[in-house]
Amino acid sequence: MSREITPPPAGYDAGREQMLDFKVDEQLLQVVETDAKNFILTTVDEMFNWARLSSIWPVTFGLACCAIEMMATSATRYDIDRFGAGAFRATPRQADLMIVSGTVTAKMATRLKLIYDQMPEPKWVIAMGSCAIGGGPYFKYGYHVVKGVDFIVPVDVYVPGCPPRPEVLLDGLMRLQDKIRGRKGRFIAPKWVTDYAKLIPYRK
Amino acid sequence: MANEPTMVNGRGWGDQDHVPGIKSELLELNMGPQHPATHGVLRLLLHTDGEIVYKVTPVLGYLHRCAEKIAEGVNYKQWVVYTDRFDYLAPMCCNHAYVTAVEKLMGQAVPERAEHIRVATSELSRIASHLIALATFGLDMGAWTPLLYCFREREEILNLLERISGGRMLYNYMIPGGVRYDVPNDNWVADVLDFVDLMEHNKLPEYNTLLSYNKIFIERTADVGIIDAKTALDYGCTGPVLRGSGVDFDCRRDDPYSVYHKFDWQVQIGHGEKGTVGDCWDRYIVRAREIEQSCRIIRQALQTLPDGPYQALALKAIVKVPAGAAYTRVESSKGELGHYIISDGGQTAFRNKVRSPSFCNLQVVEKVGVGQMVSDLVALVGSLDIVLGEIDR
Repeated sequence: MSREITPPPAGYDAGREQMLDFKVDEQLLQVVETDAKNFILTTVDEMFNWARLSSIWPVTFGLACCAIEMMATSATRYDIDRFGAGAFRATPRQADLMIVSGTVTAKMATRLKLIYDQMPEPKWVIAMGSCAIGGGPYFKYGYHVVKGVDFIVPVDVYVPGCPPRPEVLLDGLMRLQDKIRGRKGRFIAPKWVTDYAKLIPYRK
Repeated sequence: MANEPTMVNGRGWGDQDHVPGIKSELLELNMGPQHPATHGVLRLLLHTDGEIVYKVTPVLGYLHRCAEKIAEGVNYKQWVVYTDRFDYLAPMCCNHAYVTAVEKLMGQAVPERAEHIRVATSELSRIASHLIALATFGLDMGAWTPLLYCFREREEILNLLERISGGRMLYNYMIPGGVRYDVPNDNWVADVLDFVDLMEHNKLPEYNTLLSYNKIFIERTADVGIIDAKTALDYGCTGPVLRGSGVDFDCRRDDPYSVYHKFDWQVQIGHGEKGTVGDCWDRYIVRAREIEQSCRIIRQALQTLPDGPYQALALKAIVKVPAGAAYTRVESSKGELGHYIISDGGQTAFRNKVRSPSFCNLQVVEKVGVGQMVSDLVALVGSLDIVLGEIDR
């Protein structure tokens, strides 16, 4: 069944649409071509996003075991500052990113939401570790554990592991930077990974 | 309870007049659960008058992960995973405590080689935990640099433990009747001995220069948060907190388990070198000196590593535990970690009670924190070196 095309509303001005179309300014093009090194053509959004992704400030929000790995990521060997995300802020009002590092319990969930609400827009959330993703080892009998932080706050990047290695957290940060940059956040696995995954005997 | 007056120096609520004629107001203040100096999700309910703390109430339960209830649902071997997540700074010690209790209940003997490996890995874990304690205590006192140095050495320990167990931070390494894997044959023992030498002779003097004998650090921690021996004993404090107060007690020496009786080392206690016995600096320096002693234990355990089997039971064997109850205690990096297991003869434990050292050590804040400045309370909590995973379980 073909989709019906809605007719244009009354008073529609076809000329106006043409005006909105992008047209090459011949004069500007000439200037750009001759003096190309002095011009950067971009949109305001793109420029702002470039600035944002280069200085993501996380909030100091350690919950459980993963917090130690988060500390290790910010410490000597891994040094998250290389990616511009090293300035851990103690107050949510100065932070852009919340790394939910650890188990979220029912008692902590209200506080977590409060801290998220206090952060200024734009803000992002990384769910670090299997507890934050879906309850992890406390899924089955953990009567006091929230089964995934995405019940409470919207999550941008999920970083699996129990706890994730610092390299994985850094990778998650880079995926978040891709997302802020406006790229598709889809991870395409290399061929050797998919080939290897086929060999793993899954329990039917 | 919250409005009940607490008397400090003969003065209670509403009696404060630091400036004559001006009555100060009393403030109810929440420290935590999201606070960089509470080492996790601890919440301290403070009642303050200006900078002076009149009442401290620790509020727990923000990381209650139901581990003791889970023990009734999973079998004995599966629960080793959850012991890792108690004290996630020193998981090997927690593993050791639990498997010791299960083995006592089973009447299971452990091969000599496995015991030596257990002692070596536990002590490595203890060093890693104490390094974090030093680092975060320095961080609380405003010194960022020691954290970078401490994590540098901690990464080396994690590398060594990863080579033997396969896990970077949480290991699930010990099982009832032995350890999960043998010592790898890629020169692991020699590498550990090299690291221990480096740690003892090069790195510890570096920390002492950086932090321990730093004038500002001493001013900030000496004569602050004094826990006298009687208070420490009354509140059931154990580990470096008890030894910092001058009480000479260590489970590894006084109630020996595993093969600790074979090694030559000394229990470190606080002497009040920079201030009074039992102040924050004493607790700090006890940890720093215990790193040295752990190095000695590791060196002896690995130099006399016997040959033989490393597992008494097959790896995939189901652990059969007779009905009964057993309690064991080991010296974890935080103090005395006890496991009380009641079994009804089934696949899972009937009840599993954990006596965690951090939980008992934290209670002392309620007494010692009163009458101090808020900034000194941060020093006190930092020097207790609590882990919330162990407190709330």
